[in-house]
Amino acid sequence: MIYFDYASTAPLNPDVLDTYTRLLPKLYANADSLHAPGREAQRLMEKSRAQIAQLLSVRGDEVIFTSCASEANSTAIKGFALANRHRGNHLITTKAEHSSVAAAFAQLEQEFGFRVSYIPVTTQGIVDTETLYKALTKDTILVSLMYVNNETGAINPIEEVSAYVHEHSRAVVHVDCVQALGKLKLPLSMLDMATFSAHKIYGLKGSAFFYKKRNIKLLPLINGGQQEQGIRGGTSNTPANIVLAKTLRLALENQDEHYAYVKKLHAQLCTELSTLNDVHINSNEQCIPHIVNVSFLNVGSEIMLNALDERGFCVSAQSTCSSRSRAYSHVLAEMGLGDHIATHAIRISLSHMTTSEEINQLIQALKEINHDYRT
Amino acid sequence: MTTEPNNTIVYDHILVRYGELSTKGKNKKDFIKRLLTNVKNALCEFKGLTYERTHDRLYILLNGENAEAVADVLQHVFGISSFSFAIRIPSDIDKIIETGFTVAKNSTATTFKIETRRSDKHFPMISDEINRAVAGEILRNTALKVNVKQPDLRIQIEIHEQFTYVMTGRIPGAGGYPVGVGGKAVVMLSGGIDSPIAAYLTMKRGVALECIHYASPPYTSARAQEKVIELARLISRYQGRIRVHIVPFTELQLAIYQNCDESYAITIMRRMMYRIAERIAQDCHALAIVNGESIGQVASQTLESMGVINEVTKMPVIRPVATMDKIEIINLARKIETYETSILPFEDCCTIFTPKNPVTKPTLEKAQKMESRFSFTELLEQCVKNTTHIDVYPKTGEQDDQDLF
Repeated sequence: MIYFDYASTAPLNPDVLDTYTRLLPKLYANADSLHAPGREAQRLMEKSRAQIAQLLSVRGDEVIFTSCASEANSTAIKGFALANRHRGNHLITTKAEHSSVAAAFAQLEQEFGFRVSYIPVTTQGIVDTETLYKALTKDTILVSLMYVNNETGAINPIEEVSAYVHEHSRAVVHVDCVQALGKLKLPLSMLDMATFSAHKIYGLKGSAFFYKKRNIKLLPLINGGQQEQGIRGGTSNTPANIVLAKTLRLALENQDEHYAYVKKLHAQLCTELSTLNDVHINSNEQCIPHIVNVSFLNVGSEIMLNALDERGFCVSAQSTCSSRSRAYSHVLAEMGLGDHIATHAIRISLSHMTTSEEINQLIQALKEINHDYRT
Repeated sequence: MTTEPNNTIVYDHILVRYGELSTKGKNKKDFIKRLLTNVKNALCEFKGLTYERTHDRLYILLNGENAEAVADVLQHVFGISSFSFAIRIPSDIDKIIETGFTVAKNSTATTFKIETRRSDKHFPMISDEINRAVAGEILRNTALKVNVKQPDLRIQIEIHEQFTYVMTGRIPGAGGYPVGVGGKAVVMLSGGIDSPIAAYLTMKRGVALECIHYASPPYTSARAQEKVIELARLISRYQGRIRVHIVPFTELQLAIYQNCDESYAITIMRRMMYRIAERIAQDCHALAIVNGESIGQVASQTLESMGVINEVTKMPVIRPVATMDKIEIINLARKIETYETSILPFEDCCTIFTPKNPVTKPTLEKAQKMESRFSFTELLEQCVKNTTHIDVYPKTGEQDDQDLF
């Protein structure tokens, strides 16, 4: 099996696994229990939170643990909108967001009567900032956009958007940073909320967190006890929350080195892809090198995926979180690339664990499939 | 050694300016000695450091240690008025000009000022000539302009016989006297906001401290005790290490509630605490009792109450926050980072058994009469005898969990 689906999820770092398996049987006490093992669990979890905060240059009480990034996105977006309705009824997001963001806004619009502006993206896959700025009103309370697009790797100008929004409105800015963590520098001081996931940076599944400025009030989606400042009830997933600090440290420590390496792989992959016939590379030079979205004009997404799967290659056709629906990339369609490209795209995602040889093998397989299954 | 090939600045020294010591005449030598010991203790984790002491300055040779990390620790040492990162070079005018220029070139400032101090009066140029020589070089070769009133960049040059120190910036120290020159006292550390501040202010005047904590298990929880230890850790940064005496107070406290009027319970309890504190102070050669009482804050802190409570000891009782408003105390607690810990909601022995109507104007006769109803001496002896202690250090000792992170 050759893995090219790191944007969906990544294998577990052995160091993280080792720490987790040491903790799991031992640290079973409830972190909110008053007895000694409970206090120990609490102490270690808070130490982890403090380290995460330090690594990201934020405060400890600005880090909230959740079970996944989708939950974090839902909590940040719905929690904020519902708790701040008295300040305004208008929300802004983009047309190329992850399903957890898009669905949260859809629910706020349909079930709760918020007015939502969905801002289009340019042909480069980034948000059309002019349209976004024009959409801001006195009534706007939240602007949410992703840092790095999960299908194309396009990088939104979040610093510029955040600065503009803060200067020209009362809205807070939420950024889905899931695909950016461990790859790009994070300007968290400019943002009000940001979402992160552990399993994309070689950590555990079922483990994520979000950053939220201290003064921001959220309505909890999961009601429960005093955990996570009452924003996220439920017994703390202590061992997972503890190893998240190590997961993040390891990811950030080698960030520059890994980035440079992946950039080389990316150059190799793109050079090879451009020699193939009837290929359109949908990611451009401004995208992060970890994601290459490419359409084989004569082979549909599903056929390509199945054929690669048969040969032992793992790629995605679109956002993995919506893979059960028809193979149609709404992101590519929003970029104005047309239905044909949107139904013939696959996403190849790279990592520091990918080798140059693996890319050669993938290219070879793509060549064969492109030739054998052209329609 | 001072400038790397690419001309970036590498500070190799920290120059430390003494605090109020200069006013202290004959004792000065002891003060400096104590300060050096305290600085060394505080910085013991930086193995590479070496020290040079002179009558008016302390020089810390970094020998490759991280200057910023050292500065973080140094800011908590009392007896230092300020310190600066410095480059040491030979006292040679060409070298001085070159270093001053390199410093200016590497700065993002737009205006500067040169401040020379010539301790070595044999140096062939006077301070003003040196100022002009260095400034001239900078003015000719960079876009920086001179501003003597409010410069962005202040380059200080201190010329001594053998070496010259070139510095920028001045980091304020913690002030006060070196801890230990003023003898030792005990502080009653409850876990609230006030007592850590009382301890901090006392240490600032050069007094070394040991802490006393009254624990009433099972009425007070282990978490409450951990909180006190954490507070002790936070204030231990100012003296390097602090001992916490933990007094098992339950039996005596229960006896008080059984034998005394409810309204007097707190008064009697405080009298017992003072008695125990005095005994512990004598055992550890402390000369005073320090606490976080603030006039009028609660029933036991009215002047009447203080009089009745204070009656049990002849030892000086220092109340550093007696005249401070709560908000002033809180601001200070935020500054020394004890506030967040202090407000954690755990019961301490003053908050359990809180009487509904504590007396605000107790009288000594009544207090003595109630104390005569039970033989507290025996219980008091037990408290002192069974007191345990924990030594607390600024760094959390739990290095064994470090591999988890």
